[in-house]
Amino acid sequence: MLKRTPLFEVYKDYEGAKLIDFGGWEIPVNFAAGIIAEHMAVRENAGLFDVSHMGEVTVEGDTSEAFLNWLLPNNVKGMKDNQCLYSPMCYPEGGVVDDLLVYKYNSSKYLLVINASNVEKDYKWITKENEWVKKESNLPVFENLSTSMSSVAFQGPKSTEYLSAMAGSEVNDIDFFYFRDDLKINGIECIISRTGYTGEVGYEIYVDRKDAPIVWSYILDKTKANGVLPIGLGARDTLRFESKLPLYGHELTKDITPLEANLGYFIDLENEDFCGKDALVKQKENGIPRSLRGCEMVDKGIPREGYKVFLDGKEVGHVTSGTKSPMLNKFCGLVLIKRNLGLKLGDEIQIDIKGKLKTAKLVKTPFYKNI
Amino acid sequence: MNIPGDLKYTEGHEWVRVEGNVAYVGISDHAQHELGDIVYVELPEIDTEIDSKEEATNIESVKAAAPVYSPVTGKIIKVNEDLEDNSENINSDAYGSFIFAVEMSDPSELDSLMDADAYKEFLEKE
Repeated sequence: MLKRTPLFEVYKDYEGAKLIDFGGWEIPVNFAAGIIAEHMAVRENAGLFDVSHMGEVTVEGDTSEAFLNWLLPNNVKGMKDNQCLYSPMCYPEGGVVDDLLVYKYNSSKYLLVINASNVEKDYKWITKENEWVKKESNLPVFENLSTSMSSVAFQGPKSTEYLSAMAGSEVNDIDFFYFRDDLKINGIECIISRTGYTGEVGYEIYVDRKDAPIVWSYILDKTKANGVLPIGLGARDTLRFESKLPLYGHELTKDITPLEANLGYFIDLENEDFCGKDALVKQKENGIPRSLRGCEMVDKGIPREGYKVFLDGKEVGHVTSGTKSPMLNKFCGLVLIKRNLGLKLGDEIQIDIKGKLKTAKLVKTPFYKNI
Repeated sequence: MNIPGDLKYTEGHEWVRVEGNVAYVGISDHAQHELGDIVYVELPEIDTEIDSKEEATNIESVKAAAPVYSPVTGKIIKVNEDLEDNSENINSDAYGSFIFAVEMSDPSELDSLMDADAYKEFLEKE
């Protein structure tokens, strides 16, 4: 039996919602407009995503900050109250358990937002399996709110204008990667953060599970006349892809370090000890073996995940994600390839697409940038 | 769901239009709807000998690639080059967008395909 978000019953109100099995969740890959139209709506106007499948874990108590600062390679100690932080979460060997958002209420209360398919693994890792919780006695209190908390993402260049009309003008004052938990939408208390996974201005809105259908329908009813669309997982993937935002299981896995995925910006090697630091420092000193690059097909074809990448007849890596970019109207891929190949932008590589070697060239990433 | 009466259908959701001993092959309206936005059609090579139920080509939507099988045995004599740059034509007009045409070596294979009524029933059961 597939898991369903609280919005499952509401999907029926939108003709053409096509449901798929996404990591055990029954979620629309697209609504009636289709992936490309939904993609464009978010790039040009705004769209609403059901992201209730994402997991939420609270970390509370006076050791919360010290714990999270050790658990995560990014600098949690440097966060201000009501700030959000993106960070990978690493194993001691440097590979990635998951990537997540940290919401800081204050130094003894945090909320972690984790990937749906990793909730159980992450919760075990965070609360039981890492060295810190095994060693220390004064542990934070953890709570897995994944089933009681729901969320929608409202994304696109017009999202601020629309959301401030619904949740109050305070929305205008939420800075990038900050949140407020004192605003209401249609009388419903919510956490609103200026975060997202689309490369556009946007917000993620967290509510109690029972209120999710009300908030979803309210936002869409209020903005339907403006052309705001419900958006499925298909466009969520093409949007994050164009903006080169990593997807766990593709660009990040336990066998890919964040340095290889070019996420060095989110790894604070100056930070005190953190889980995976030794491995990452060593990797940086010895030379990071692989690099995540973007490519555009010269020959026709779509580079899909797992396809092998060749240079001068030698295998040098693989495709982590690929699709046709709706904004560029080009077939593009992210490839994880050996680092010291001397490749510059414009240089050609070959991708094995169903048994045929097709030529692609390296291009600048993100493929598309609006903000 | 649009199912023209003058075509034959396969369980893999291909349609066949017969002109003399040539079978034009495309995918059904149901299939294009299931695939969603089609972004690339890899056209097969002309003169390829192909068996019935053999994979002739692939259609790629934003999310996935789907194989298209030849419903009949023969030689591919024509491909729809318009699709090279306008693959979305399959979404807007599935039955007006053939993908390839096969010169049949055994036209009796057509007898095993479904007519429109049978295909409609097949879709309802699926």
